[in-house]
Amino acid sequence: MQQEFTLSIFSENHVGLLNQITTVFTRRNLNIESLVTSESAIAGIHKFTIVVFSSREEIEKVARQIEKRIDVIKAFVLTEDEIIHQEIALYKVPTRTLLNGNEIEKLVRQYGARILEITEEYTVIEKTGHHKETQELFDKMDQYGVVQFTRSGRIAVTKAKAELLDNYLRKAELDKQELN
Amino acid sequence: METQTQAKSQEKPAGAIRMTGAEAVVRSLLNEGTEILFGYPGGAIMPVYDALYSFQKELHHVLARHEQGAVHAAQGYARVTGRVGVAIVTSGPGATNAVTGIADAMMDSTPLVVISGQVGSALLGSDAFQETDVVGVTQPITKWNFQVKKAEDIPYAIARAFYIARSGRPGPVLIDITKDAQFASFDYHYEPVRFIRSYRPTPKVEPEQIKAAARLINFARKPLALVGQGVILGNAEQELLDFLKKSGVPAAWTLLGLSAMPSDHPQNVGMLGMHGNYGPNIKTNEADLIIAIGMRFDDRVTGDLKNYATNAKVVHLEIDEAEINKNVHADVPVLGDVKQTLPLLTETISQGDHSAWMEEFRACDRIEHERIIREELAPSKKGMTMGEVIHKASKAFNDDAIMVTDVGQHQMMASRYFRFKQTRSVVTSGGLGTMGFGLPAAMGAKLGAPQRQVCLFVGDGGFQMTIQELGTIFQSKIPVKIVLLNNNFLGMVRQWQELFFDSRYASTELINPDFQTVAKGYHIETVKVTEREELDQAIAKMVAHEGAYLLEVVVEKEGNVFPMVPAGASVSDIRLE
Repeated sequence: MQQEFTLSIFSENHVGLLNQITTVFTRRNLNIESLVTSESAIAGIHKFTIVVFSSREEIEKVARQIEKRIDVIKAFVLTEDEIIHQEIALYKVPTRTLLNGNEIEKLVRQYGARILEITEEYTVIEKTGHHKETQELFDKMDQYGVVQFTRSGRIAVTKAKAELLDNYLRKAELDKQELN
Repeated sequence: METQTQAKSQEKPAGAIRMTGAEAVVRSLLNEGTEILFGYPGGAIMPVYDALYSFQKELHHVLARHEQGAVHAAQGYARVTGRVGVAIVTSGPGATNAVTGIADAMMDSTPLVVISGQVGSALLGSDAFQETDVVGVTQPITKWNFQVKKAEDIPYAIARAFYIARSGRPGPVLIDITKDAQFASFDYHYEPVRFIRSYRPTPKVEPEQIKAAARLINFARKPLALVGQGVILGNAEQELLDFLKKSGVPAAWTLLGLSAMPSDHPQNVGMLGMHGNYGPNIKTNEADLIIAIGMRFDDRVTGDLKNYATNAKVVHLEIDEAEINKNVHADVPVLGDVKQTLPLLTETISQGDHSAWMEEFRACDRIEHERIIREELAPSKKGMTMGEVIHKASKAFNDDAIMVTDVGQHQMMASRYFRFKQTRSVVTSGGLGTMGFGLPAAMGAKLGAPQRQVCLFVGDGGFQMTIQELGTIFQSKIPVKIVLLNNNFLGMVRQWQELFFDSRYASTELINPDFQTVAKGYHIETVKVTEREELDQAIAKMVAHEGAYLLEVVVEKEGNVFPMVPAGASVSDIRLE
């Protein structure tokens, strides 16, 4: 069964890792819906958050093949119910549309969006939320003319109490001591 | 992503010696115990070649005739010695020519370190002369790769390369070194790498998995062990024999598992796969337990996965976690190096006896012998078969030579009919199926095991893909024995055309050069055999000859390899004709 998965991948911060990770998807002709890379809470460790539609069976194989890359520390396969996630969207609308009636203003209030900048020509509105919410706002605002729209990839944190990566790193540290 | 150099530059430690990056490459290789390397010079790697010139006594460089040949030779060396094979090439075309060998090593888990020269770091990305993004090109076909732009990073990069190439499930590593890094001077200090935070080469053994596996083995009535290259890579041949002795389980080997146990081991039931033996294929779906030992359920082994091992539970002993459940679901995975897990398993299982089940394999052997092997090895027809040549050659070498093959019909015939007494006696291109692999791999094998006879079987197609390496054999005086099985066809493709494409022989017939003249041009002793009566004597002459030797045997034009599991069919549908 095809469903949405969020992969949380932790790696060293090296040149070329993005390519190493994405080729595992490319090989299987899997399309990446969204991808965000950033630093993690642990210094020197990078985090990739990737959203993809796949089957449980396939995504587990993909995760193991990503983990197999030498500089990848760990790849976690997560489903919607295991994570808190957000996306951010920016909407640029002509300022005059704001002045014609109060529709845009209503939408901004209703959707908990906020206005970042207003100039004579344009206004930039920001909304964070799930894909569905930012899309809904876009659909409504577009009636009044959105001239630019952009949405970030998903960022996510897990609901789990134990920080899985911390455990892994502690274990790795023990292995190292064992070696020496 | 932030750009950050991976290899940490060393601070000046005590005992450091000032030298160029190029010399550091050579010293690092020596520090890793490298004795031989295969390569081809060119602009971007010239400083390293210049350094090699000063170390000719310590480090034997074999000049190939093409970079693909250099990498295959390094593979042959690695496969027979268990050590890391080293190849060195220049940038651009030098590196891209090495790609096929690197991909082959990746598929067959062969430990390699390939060093490629790169244009100066100031020129990177500018489409400079002989510039290729070789790190990008080889990313999916290396276990790890890395570009070095500073001389200080060379020792750490090479130390890391060797550690990664040989640890865990081995594989090829490429280190790309810019020309300016080769020229620059720094304080050299070498420290081997033994730990990488993000890399766990060998999973810790879980005692629970051993217990669960032992339970299944103890209760199985029709267990079948599948022996893969993991046994050889893990140096676990004795551990395998101990396991077989106590369990009494029949054992089949994969193409790369050949020689992991002796051919004549009483529990050896032959080869798995598309052109493997009848018994192990047909019995796979009768077995109630499959014990996979260091093998990866390649599609050439399993055929149609939906109809594979249909009555069996599966125990999978494997070092690479990504292989578990990849193709075949493992009821009990046993993660770890088989060198560690096999003895634990042997200790835990009870003494087994499966002689009745073994007898069923022997009955299959008799059928296969009757229907296929007898005619193949002692043909009633006039034309010589590949099987009879290989069988006779094996005997002439006292069943104890290293067998190297190219890819195609002769490869399958050799795997079926050549026999082995000791481990690491097979060098063949399994996963990638690289035609042209054989001749250069045989050179590397011979240089890795000079005390042993190395016998290459090659077809007339594959021979011509890397035939230029005869030049290397001549120049470096490498005494390999080459058996060219010439049918003037791309035999395996022709066989498929005959069976599945209505005998429409599209582009498979070869009009060949006179291979005798070619060999003579390289001053290699050669003979051509066209009649069966001449064969024994010609083989004896080849075996006794001191130097390199080419024995060309003209075999029947349209011979087929059977049995055969047609592509996509179930192992139960194995065809005897």
